[in-house]
Amino acid sequence: MRYAMVIDTRLCVGCMNCVVACKTENNVPDGFCRDWITETVRGEFPDVRLEIRSERCNHCDNPPCVSCCPTGASHVREGGFVMVEKNKCIGCKACLLACPYDARFTHPDGYVSKCTFCIHRIAEGLDPACVSVCPTHCMFFGDVDDPASGVSKLLTTRQHHTLLPEAGCRPHVFFLT
Amino acid sequence: MPLEFTTTRDNPGIDPVLNAWLVAVPIDLFVVAIAAGLMVLAGLHLLIVRPTKPQPMATCTVGPMLGVILLSVGLTALFLKLSHKLYVWQLYLTFEPTAPISWGSYLMPLSYGALLLNLVAHLPVTLPQLAERIPVLARISGVIFARPSRVIALGAVNLGLGFSLGIYTGVMLSTLHARPLWNSPLLGPIFLISGLAAAAAVLHAVLVAVARNERRTAKGKSWIDRLARWTGGSKPDAAIAPMLRWGIVAFLTLQLVVIGLYFVGMLSAPDVSQRAVTLLLAGPQALLFWVLVVGVGTVAPLAMQLLEIGQKIRATIIPALLVLIGAFALRYVLVFAGQESHWTRGIAGF
Repeated sequence: MRYAMVIDTRLCVGCMNCVVACKTENNVPDGFCRDWITETVRGEFPDVRLEIRSERCNHCDNPPCVSCCPTGASHVREGGFVMVEKNKCIGCKACLLACPYDARFTHPDGYVSKCTFCIHRIAEGLDPACVSVCPTHCMFFGDVDDPASGVSKLLTTRQHHTLLPEAGCRPHVFFLT
Repeated sequence: MPLEFTTTRDNPGIDPVLNAWLVAVPIDLFVVAIAAGLMVLAGLHLLIVRPTKPQPMATCTVGPMLGVILLSVGLTALFLKLSHKLYVWQLYLTFEPTAPISWGSYLMPLSYGALLLNLVAHLPVTLPQLAERIPVLARISGVIFARPSRVIALGAVNLGLGFSLGIYTGVMLSTLHARPLWNSPLLGPIFLISGLAAAAAVLHAVLVAVARNERRTAKGKSWIDRLARWTGGSKPDAAIAPMLRWGIVAFLTLQLVVIGLYFVGMLSAPDVSQRAVTLLLAGPQALLFWVLVVGVGTVAPLAMQLLEIGQKIRATIIPALLVLIGAFALRYVLVFAGQESHWTRGIAGF
């Protein structure tokens, strides 16, 4: 089983519902965010291409944040969830420096925090909070090891990309184009 | 093709530029590097001379004493940089072979032990009054010098741990994947060589200060005399001074060569490394790097040491101070410029 998130950039309007839902669901402290909206505009008018993406931790297959953690606080759980055990984290911030997506931050309480793909909701058979509130239904979550899952079908039928594939982390948040 | 990039993320310490490691980190890297250099020099000296009794060799008297103080400062700085301090003990419940910080967390106390052992071994000449007051320390010294193999082991342990500690700080940075400025295998050697130069400079400065003190007319009134009276210690043997002078010249020359190779490697590497190294060529840290690290911290003391060797100028502690300024500036610049370097930064619009 390998969970992944698929986001259709042709449907995303950057409403930030996902950001608000994540902050509410995970009690993210004021001034911080576990997910965010990024817009890239390529070209010059009238030949312009806009891509709006809802970004977060990419729960990589080869996560440098895990290999550099000196206490094992950063670890990978079954299903590919990259997690941080807050009672093991010493706040050395090596993982912040190792992540090419800058997806982690230091919680005001001192430990490092990041997107968990709402693992507590997945355990109950629910979608992550961000996916469940998306008004344009541009976000999908599921098992990419299962060829019959919705995310597997999208990845086989639609063109997609990941962020910074050249960094070699094998991210598992895919953007449909 | 023009590319415009906007994001709603504004996490403190992350955006717009990563600022996770503050000034405590370069301070830690700086003092630990000097301590490591002092250990290497002490280890080498013990292995070459193989003394049969405690001798007032600067490398083994002043060296470990300064090393213990510096390592204590480094450990304090390291502890202060942690944001979840109460969980620091978690470092010692596991060993993560892929995490250099895990290696470092074991290297530091081991090095502390090796420095203390060398300090105690030479205590009868460094702090004789203390050795007399605490006989067990004098006995430990006696046990170490009872057999040549123990002295050799002490030298080898100091050399090995000092080398590992010196190279570790650079290796730690170079394994942090997302900061292209640090992704060079030469960072470890640069930090090691810079630490050796700084350690040799510190010892040389001590010997110069002691020699100058002896030439003064008002005997017994300087702080060195007062310190000597208070500790009862022997004057550090100045026989090693010429070797330290040549050592500083060799280490600084090697440092210039390895820094040059680092630039060659980065500029001939893929685009991301080339963009990263422009931070040192034209970025906000470029002036600090070229003026303080290369100019003031390497070229100037190198020239002064060569003039000193050629007896064109008098021996002073100024070259040592310049080497120390350069060694700290090297770490400061690399830590902050490294955090600024990024896979996407430097691409138009990012």
